[in-house]
Amino acid sequence: MSTADYTVSEEVAQQASDARARLDEHTVKTVHWHFSEETGSPFWLEKKAELNFNPLTDVKSFDDLKKFPHFEDEWLRGGPVRRWVPKGHANKPTYVFETGGTTGIPKSRVVVEDHWKDYELFSDTLPEKYFPQGSNWLMLGPSGPRRLRLAVEHLAQYRGGICFCIDLDPRWVVKLIKKGWMDHLEEYKKHCIDQAVTVLTAGHDVKCMFATPKLLESLGEALDERGTSLQECGITGIFSGGTEFTPQWTKFCVEELLGGPAEEGGVYMTPTYGNTLMGLACSKPVTAADNYKISYFAPQPRAVTEVVTFDDYDQKVGYGETGRVKLYTLTDEFFVPGFMERDEGEREAPFETYPWDGVSGVRPFHELASATTVGVY
Amino acid sequence: MILLAFLLPVPSVFIADMITLSPLRWGKPYESLDFTDVVHFDTGEPIARVGNVGGGIVGRDMRKAHKAREALLQFSAEDLVERCKRAAVLFESADLSVGDSLQSVDQFVHQQSASTGLPEHMCRSNMAKNSFVLSNIDQILNCLTRGLDLSIFSRGYGEEGRGVIVSYQSQTPVLGAVLPNNSPGVHTLWLPAIPLQVGLALKPGSQEPWTPYRMVSAFIEAGIPAEAFGLYPGGHDAGGAIMTKTPRSMIFGSAQTVAQHEGNPRVQAHGPGFSKVLIGDDVVDDWENYLDLLVESVLSNSGRSCINCSGIWASRHTREIAAAIAEKIGTVDVLPPSDPDAQLAAFTVPAMANGTYAMVQQDLAESGVEDMTADFGEKLVEREHCAYLRPMVVHADSPDRQVASKEYMFPFVSVVECPQDQMLKRIGSTLVGTVLTQDPKLIHAAGSSVDIDRVNIGPIPTNRLNWLQPHEGNLIDFLYRSRAYQVADMPVPAHA
Repeated sequence: MSTADYTVSEEVAQQASDARARLDEHTVKTVHWHFSEETGSPFWLEKKAELNFNPLTDVKSFDDLKKFPHFEDEWLRGGPVRRWVPKGHANKPTYVFETGGTTGIPKSRVVVEDHWKDYELFSDTLPEKYFPQGSNWLMLGPSGPRRLRLAVEHLAQYRGGICFCIDLDPRWVVKLIKKGWMDHLEEYKKHCIDQAVTVLTAGHDVKCMFATPKLLESLGEALDERGTSLQECGITGIFSGGTEFTPQWTKFCVEELLGGPAEEGGVYMTPTYGNTLMGLACSKPVTAADNYKISYFAPQPRAVTEVVTFDDYDQKVGYGETGRVKLYTLTDEFFVPGFMERDEGEREAPFETYPWDGVSGVRPFHELASATTVGVY
Repeated sequence: MILLAFLLPVPSVFIADMITLSPLRWGKPYESLDFTDVVHFDTGEPIARVGNVGGGIVGRDMRKAHKAREALLQFSAEDLVERCKRAAVLFESADLSVGDSLQSVDQFVHQQSASTGLPEHMCRSNMAKNSFVLSNIDQILNCLTRGLDLSIFSRGYGEEGRGVIVSYQSQTPVLGAVLPNNSPGVHTLWLPAIPLQVGLALKPGSQEPWTPYRMVSAFIEAGIPAEAFGLYPGGHDAGGAIMTKTPRSMIFGSAQTVAQHEGNPRVQAHGPGFSKVLIGDDVVDDWENYLDLLVESVLSNSGRSCINCSGIWASRHTREIAAAIAEKIGTVDVLPPSDPDAQLAAFTVPAMANGTYAMVQQDLAESGVEDMTADFGEKLVEREHCAYLRPMVVHADSPDRQVASKEYMFPFVSVVECPQDQMLKRIGSTLVGTVLTQDPKLIHAAGSSVDIDRVNIGPIPTNRLNWLQPHEGNLIDFLYRSRAYQVADMPVPAHA
């Protein structure tokens, strides 16, 4: 779909306009929080002195965030990590989550309750039929200092369930790949899957789970080899993410691993897109009729995704056109005024459920793709 | 002078008739949503799009691999041999259904040349080689099995003819293969699996999907059950799944790839050959008699094969030998791929040519190493989408020089000065070793050397293989295990 083909109903256009107004209002409020001496974080208050404008008076809308330099995730390496905690949250229990770190200093993000709030919002998007309240969950993803691990556990608890987890160290996985120890990699994968199979076959009444695509694939295979399946183990709802997600993999997952769409196979799978900086973007329902196209929509106004041109990161591409993904995080815990993600994709139009821009066809940014290790676990 | 004729626009056949190649899952085409373009090596124009699958699909299919063998076991081995012979004719001469198109032989050759950078006449000769092997598959199997009745492989045991039961137990229902990008000649290695009633799970090379697709089409057209074939284009994920999910697989790659699988009985890894010609002291003074043999061994197939000669070892006259070869091949220049005189294949990834050339420069920096082709112009020819390396002959005054153990993907040979009594101790791994001598002592020693895989005694170019002999291990021993199978009559029941 080119920009010229893009049309939305009057109703959606009105919804989009309302959403934009809410975003503008939320932006101004968030900027005030982070740049006020009473509530802001030491990092941003120090940064304020370097800016050639006054965020407290010159940011009047979301578009004004373009006045900030792009957020550099390198700023997140090393301490003191307290410099990221807004004074307004200074006395609250604080988590630190890490990303990367196979070699060298990982990037750290501090969180107070953001991961809970993001996943509570996400919870509202899950269909009750396949993610029944009170169900127990399996978290088949990375453990350690990861936001995902605690967020999924909170999601389970928020929905009245208990979350079972496995031990999985993604940094070791990356090391195995870099060393070329593929036999070890295979054994480690088996070790992780064995833990999951044990949970699923131990009578814990697990109905819902998170899994990365590769681990979900391996789990399905392991269960098949044991003469059973995800369905037979009682799984009805899966949310998947954490690594690259392609329409082809989704087709394979739905049609072969899960035995068809939810109404036929009995298992509902929803892709998600996110990272430690932004949180979690939900996907528009994925269907065979739409060639398993995956379109993500950020939890606006707490986070925003844009698809921008490759040569001007302040310029959005037209609907259906390809560009690099740009993220914004606008919570009272964390402020990211435009971060250039290592992904590219196509800009998606607003629709009823998410009346703001989305992004589809997310894949590694072509200029960085060869240097990126994706989907390692 | 470097000819630029082939920088002209690509013939419209490549663009207008772009083929879509879909994965094949035990004979059934699969509609993938993930496509990769196969592009023309020199223009970057897409000439085909290939649907990819991931490891998950491969894994699921491999759990049904037994059905591929069961489908083949419906036919006798002799019947399959006859069908293979028909497939050989079809492969080499018929219009065949390939992907969503009907493909003529000429189109196959154009397409293969366009994506691999190999001159068209070399594509034709590789095609002929594959067809030849399949046409003579009965003789080849007869030699590889040492004359065993092929039904022994179907049943798992049988009478050898000396009153002794022999048993060959199949070790796998299918042979997996991760095929190379740019070497259309290697496909002969997996072809015998079909008459041995072993199915095929192939990951075609990203730039050379043509031979596996056309060959499978020929097999099916010849009446071999489609259920015996899986074609799984894709990335490392698909290749990795083939390697881990099939009990027997082959892979083509670099020396590192070979090292990675060394000692793994499930994997046959094919890499650089380091093939050589050793000239004995008894004939070295007549070296000029063998010049054509040496040139052919180095230059054929653009020096890309593991059976191309990368080292010529002699105790004397080495500088003269190197100069004479340089005189013959140093002038070889880049020609359009359709030119019947084209001798050079393009590097479809220019960085690979640059990297290779940098390694050669490093070799040449060592004292005692001399570029004998230095007077024949620039070696690295760079284009927008590809690059070439023109032939090089280097002289090494001792086997201690690093270059004595090098092999590169273009016509490159080091002529190494080495006393005869040191040669076999120093040559290292050698896929094809041609030994020019009548000295019984050297012949015996060469025959005993475990470093040489295929030994040629006498004036046989390294690239000329006798297909009736095993290559890098006997495929029979890889796919089947010879074991004991004892049979005794059951006692007659008392009540009978």
